[in-house]
Amino acid sequence: MIRRWTLLTLLMMSAWTGAVQAGAAATALPASSVYRTALALRDQAGHPFTLGSLRGHPLIVSMIYASCQEACPMTVEAIKRIRAAVEARTGRSAPPVVLVSFDPAHDTVRALAMMASMHHVEAPAWRLARPEQGDVRAFAATLGVSYRRRPNGDFSHNIEIVLLDADGRIAAKTSEVGALDPGFVAQVSRADAR
Amino acid sequence: MRAFVLGMALTLAWCGHAAAGADYRKIAGGSFISALSLDGARVPVPIVTFAMRSTPVTVGDYLAFVRAHPEWRRDRVPDMYAGGGYLASWTGPLISGPAIDPQRPVTEVSWFAARAFCAGEEARLPTWYQWEYAAAADASRSDARNDPAWDARILQALLARTGQEPGAVGRDSADLYGLHDMNTLVWEWVDDYAAMFVNADARDPGQGNLLKLCGGSALAFENRAAYPLMMRVAALAAMRPADVSGNIGFRCVRDANRGEPP
Repeated sequence: MIRRWTLLTLLMMSAWTGAVQAGAAATALPASSVYRTALALRDQAGHPFTLGSLRGHPLIVSMIYASCQEACPMTVEAIKRIRAAVEARTGRSAPPVVLVSFDPAHDTVRALAMMASMHHVEAPAWRLARPEQGDVRAFAATLGVSYRRRPNGDFSHNIEIVLLDADGRIAAKTSEVGALDPGFVAQVSRADAR
Repeated sequence: MRAFVLGMALTLAWCGHAAAGADYRKIAGGSFISALSLDGARVPVPIVTFAMRSTPVTVGDYLAFVRAHPEWRRDRVPDMYAGGGYLASWTGPLISGPAIDPQRPVTEVSWFAARAFCAGEEARLPTWYQWEYAAAADASRSDARNDPAWDARILQALLARTGQEPGAVGRDSADLYGLHDMNTLVWEWVDDYAAMFVNADARDPGQGNLLKLCGGSALAFENRAAYPLMMRVAALAAMRPADVSGNIGFRCVRDANRGEPP
């Protein structure tokens, strides 16, 4: 009898905890959360998701296009170095990465999967994503990223590697892809889950 | 009775105008050499036919938008989308006030806000090339840029209005397409303005960061006498997408098949 009671209590408690978590997830996003610019994304494995669904832990976000020859591969390698430095420093796994394409017309799931395998990066730590709905240019602008398609088909763009906090607010940024940015590594190391 | 009928007719005409929405004019496409060498010097840029608002968006237009989209009220919009100064000269969040002519072009709006307005009328901001292509016309030619008199007239109009509040839209004579105020009344947001100041592809890391710091390094003017265009580009270059300025307004574009025949 006592045992059944305990079990019931445990069940009730876990149900309550679940409700609290659901309640926290449902609270309004802060005014400065980039998750307010909602994008429907699809990753290199074909799984649909939104950045808002990753709320609750910090995230490293940058923007790329798969046919990019120079800057984007450097961005990927720079983020790898940042994560390795953070893990060496904290002994914990570094925040996961989402690379959002600003060329969804060409960046199919297949193209993103090829890019991921070329760089030896894998889900769930690395998600290369194509936007399928939403205002990509506005999302980019909230990160400080601008891009323009040139008549020859490639893009003029700048590089921002952005650390988002658990609620999608910009916590730190770097444009340094040639060398490790120690300030950025320190900030990523300090980033905590909520 | 007659007065009543006339009143009715005016009301109907006015309502009809409101229902029809903003006046978009067809801009026939073509090949075009930009005054900015964004994509290499003297490379012709193909422009697909599109439709453009005949005047900049007015204070009255923008007030109606804010009433319909309260998330863009100045007391509700997040700083991330419209920084300090957004609609600051208005009397209140939903009142522009008696000091501001509703027919004036709206300014003190961010790039985010301008895009949201255009989306609200199923349109978008023009690209720089679309804007520059349309703005090259005068009353009879689609490209009047080689005429020194054209350049001089624009420069004169710009100097005359320096330090002045922009006047009502549509007071100048229409150009070839039926557009007003293209070069003279306010600077105008374009969709890809921020990317005009970005280098092509940060090939060398050191140089990439240098270019980023310098901002405009990638940009060069084909025609060094194009002062009004230089002033316009300089005005936009200083802005972040959430920034606002009393001199920057906007107009929207649509695909050609949505526009009204000229």
